[in-house]
Amino acid sequence: MSGTAPAPEHGWTAALRRRLVAALPPEKLLPDTQPAYMASWVYVFGVLTVSSLVVVLVSGGLLALKGPAWWHVSSVGKYVNSLHLWSVELFMFVLVLHLWAKFFMAAWRGRRALTWVTGAIAFLTSIGTAFSGYLVQQNFDSQWISDQAKDGMNAVGIGAFWNVLDFGQMLMWHIVLFPLGLCLLSGWHVLLVRMRGIVPPIDALTPGPDRAPSGQEGRA
Amino acid sequence: MRCGSHRTGTPESPAFPARPYDLIKEVTIALVLVALLTAGLAALFSSPDERPVTLGSWSRADSADFTTTAVSELGGTSATAEYGPPYNHTPGAGQKIGPIGLQSLAGVRVPIDTANDFVIQPLRQAPEPPLVTDALTAWSAAPASRQQAWTSAYSDALGKAPDSDPAHVAPGDYGPVPVLTARLLELAQSGALDGELLTEGGKFYQTDYTRPLLFLGDGSYFADLAQSRHLTGDQWGMMNETGNYPGQPWLWLYTFWYQIDPFKSSDNADALIWGLMALLSLVLVLVPFIPGIRSIPRWTRVYRLIWRDYYRAQQRSPR
Repeated sequence: MSGTAPAPEHGWTAALRRRLVAALPPEKLLPDTQPAYMASWVYVFGVLTVSSLVVVLVSGGLLALKGPAWWHVSSVGKYVNSLHLWSVELFMFVLVLHLWAKFFMAAWRGRRALTWVTGAIAFLTSIGTAFSGYLVQQNFDSQWISDQAKDGMNAVGIGAFWNVLDFGQMLMWHIVLFPLGLCLLSGWHVLLVRMRGIVPPIDALTPGPDRAPSGQEGRA
Repeated sequence: MRCGSHRTGTPESPAFPARPYDLIKEVTIALVLVALLTAGLAALFSSPDERPVTLGSWSRADSADFTTTAVSELGGTSATAEYGPPYNHTPGAGQKIGPIGLQSLAGVRVPIDTANDFVIQPLRQAPEPPLVTDALTAWSAAPASRQQAWTSAYSDALGKAPDSDPAHVAPGDYGPVPVLTARLLELAQSGALDGELLTEGGKFYQTDYTRPLLFLGDGSYFADLAQSRHLTGDQWGMMNETGNYPGQPWLWLYTFWYQIDPFKSSDNADALIWGLMALLSLVLVLVPFIPGIRSIPRWTRVYRLIWRDYYRAQQRSPR
């Protein structure tokens, strides 16, 4: 085996790798410790939101495999559609609780404003995604929703380009563009949480090197 | 300032004491829990799926409403015919936010001519008896003012007939309108009109339901069905779903504005509410940068409940 030394790291790829590793070292990306102040059930709503989104995507993917009309003519399809509906209801429920909790924690403090912004835009994207899903159900509900929604869209000029009465256009948005945007935003949001860490309590004092707050000893 | 600590804005989280945590384990447990809960709810409650209304089912269930609507499409007096952008150029149509008419600015990009697209073209596409062919010729040869006079007279007569039944309309000068609308009703009742509206222009593949949905929406049958299912705007319909199922409760704020003045009585309600919701959405996104709003958490002190263990420990710690 030859003993040639590795070439020095240079170029865009190496620079990007260095930046990514510096911003998100493995212990931040996949932590095995957490700040001791994270002692509340409120924190589970974030991970429940991500988990619900996974179930939404998997059940929606199953529906996409068989086409948009499948669930109207198949009992298995109807059950998969029911999984999709209830996972969406759960997703939105825990997402709203997560959002309110983060609001009352003022979770944007300490250079975390972008984390809040990405989360809020992801929430709005979720509403758009769910809305387009209601438009492509191919039943009475979707007929009525599209007929009513067109007035709102048209009133501000959106309907001229984004036609809620066009089933094909809405289907593509629902199964491709909205989920893609939502996944990218959610991924960005989670990575920002990992990069910046969990926001400390309001008015928290940085513990000095000589002691930790009583009752919160642990790995630093 | 407390002994052994300093305060320089929000401290970094790694500076605090830590405790063991297993991210992957937490995600796995949450995923399993959500999957099981979803599977249980789906098995227990299933999901709603009320069959769509077709032009065929509408015309068979309420032929009078279908015919009345067809006359209004032919005469250019239906909601769609007078809608304005993006469907057609109707003077004065289109909502505004103050002086700004975004609806008009966007232009006519989904052109709809209700007389031609909903009535005349479908009749021409179908094989027609000579009576209908003659009626189509007479309609096309007449000036617009004459066409309007025929449809207006027939619409009035339909309104006065018992149950708006075309069979009981009083005699009058309606031109070819009764023949055209009667034939359209036959086509609709046979189910042919549903397909014809989709395949206008010689299309085979089709996924755009703009025409049949607009036609359906112009009648009162469709709206009455929605009203009976509590789906209309003044029934908080945006949050509701057919049957006893949860709909979109996260739209509560959007549908809330439609229940109160000045929005619910405004001709520009949709534009005003969309504008307001766009503004509120922007506020939500920019909360960290808006003085006052970003201070609400500090004023309400809900955070004291969330981090109560931390604050309790702080109170116990020696000064």
